[in-house]
Amino acid sequence: MKYPVALTVNGRRHEVEVEARTLLVQLLRDELGLTGTHVGCEDSLCGACTVILDGKALKSCTRLAVQADGSEVLTIEGLAEEARRAGIASPSGLHPIQEAFWDRHGVQCGFCTPGMVLAAKELLERCPRPTEEEVRRGIDGNLCRCTGYQRIVEAVRLAAERLAASAPAPGERRAPA
Amino acid sequence: MIPALEYRTPESLEEALDLLERHGEEAKVLAGGHGLIPALKLRLAAPRVLVDLRRVPGLSSIEPLPEGGDGFVVGALVTHREIEVSPLVRARCPLLAEVAGAIGDAQVRNFGTLAGSLCHADPAADYPAVLLALDAEAVVASRRGERRVSAGELVQGVFETALEPDEIVRSVRFPGPHFAAAAYSKARQAASGFALAGAAAHLKLDGRRATDIAVGITGVAARPFRAAGVEDALRGQELSPEAVEAAVRGLAAGRELTSDIHASAEYRARLAEVHAKRAILRAAERGSAGA
Repeated sequence: MKYPVALTVNGRRHEVEVEARTLLVQLLRDELGLTGTHVGCEDSLCGACTVILDGKALKSCTRLAVQADGSEVLTIEGLAEEARRAGIASPSGLHPIQEAFWDRHGVQCGFCTPGMVLAAKELLERCPRPTEEEVRRGIDGNLCRCTGYQRIVEAVRLAAERLAASAPAPGERRAPA
Repeated sequence: MIPALEYRTPESLEEALDLLERHGEEAKVLAGGHGLIPALKLRLAAPRVLVDLRRVPGLSSIEPLPEGGDGFVVGALVTHREIEVSPLVRARCPLLAEVAGAIGDAQVRNFGTLAGSLCHADPAADYPAVLLALDAEAVVASRRGERRVSAGELVQGVFETALEPDEIVRSVRFPGPHFAAAAYSKARQAASGFALAGAAAHLKLDGRRATDIAVGITGVAARPFRAAGVEDALRGQELSPEAVEAAVRGLAAGRELTSDIHASAEYRARLAEVHAKRAILRAAERGSAGA
């Protein structure tokens, strides 16, 4: 049996029909073709499938697609666009967190990166100027098997600095790049 | 892939209870899903019908108890994160906020719920030790009425609870009074963050003397338990490190303890002692700092 699910992903509304057993990550990847959300452990441990659901970081392997009916989802594919709309995009057009991962080489094989970036996004919204310890704790639901985390932590802290410097004053928005 | 199942979103508690009454053992209640969805994948649970509570009103808040005092009640859909940041919980029972904020990781805390964790009954979960030490109770609803079940009674074994198939934990009740002298200490399994052994202490102090004491233990056996021997040994006593050290010795003796790749039964028994001691001494320190 299939169930109707209406959700907004990266600002675009989708109406689909899914089985109850379909995981949100399967809907995103297999139905909507958004393969930037990776599947690592499929057991809510590794964090590779992290997306932002209604403003909160979520391991999308641990939510049924039917539970996301009526929700707003942000995946890695929508992040740069969101930054452009908020007027905080880097000159390259990327979100400052993506740009910082690039600049600090917080990426090695790249498999964990989309989840890392989105977990970092939520962390920085909750805690805009985190200490190194706060970054490590904030992303401890995301595993990386390559980098040893050092450069990821540096990237998140650089992103925090840049976001603080680029934050538009209240009521003021920059023109989109 | 998870075996095919039916998905229902009742709009009221009555409707949810009707569904459970109708489907019995074949139905499972879904809240945050952070216990149940992994369990579905592992076939630890294989329900035919999922009853998702997300549209049921009245389950998403933390409320003071109407009878006054510093008690409060946590609705079935309240997440670990909401407990962690709740001004009410932080003011009335900082220990619960602290433990909620240390569960799993940020993503898990965003969606996992206290009531769901309790019903999932993972023997290595942190909450049961704390709930036992605070005398918290699950408020259990069914078509037959409502009953209250202590955390120690609710968790019957590994992924086993005292819930009947037609029952829902609608909330968890913390009756109070909550004393400042409260702490939780655990040996964290490095990969999962779950407790190899965890101990919660809740003390009523008169100076350095404990006029009352509750110690809850999790992680070491199939069921969480109150360390009654430790409580009896320390009730009315001055909580010197020596007295506490002597009291916690052998606290798990006579119990069947978990032994697995992470820790032997013998090691868990020792961890339980060490963390009970740390929790009691830290609680005493907090209590005297606040006095």
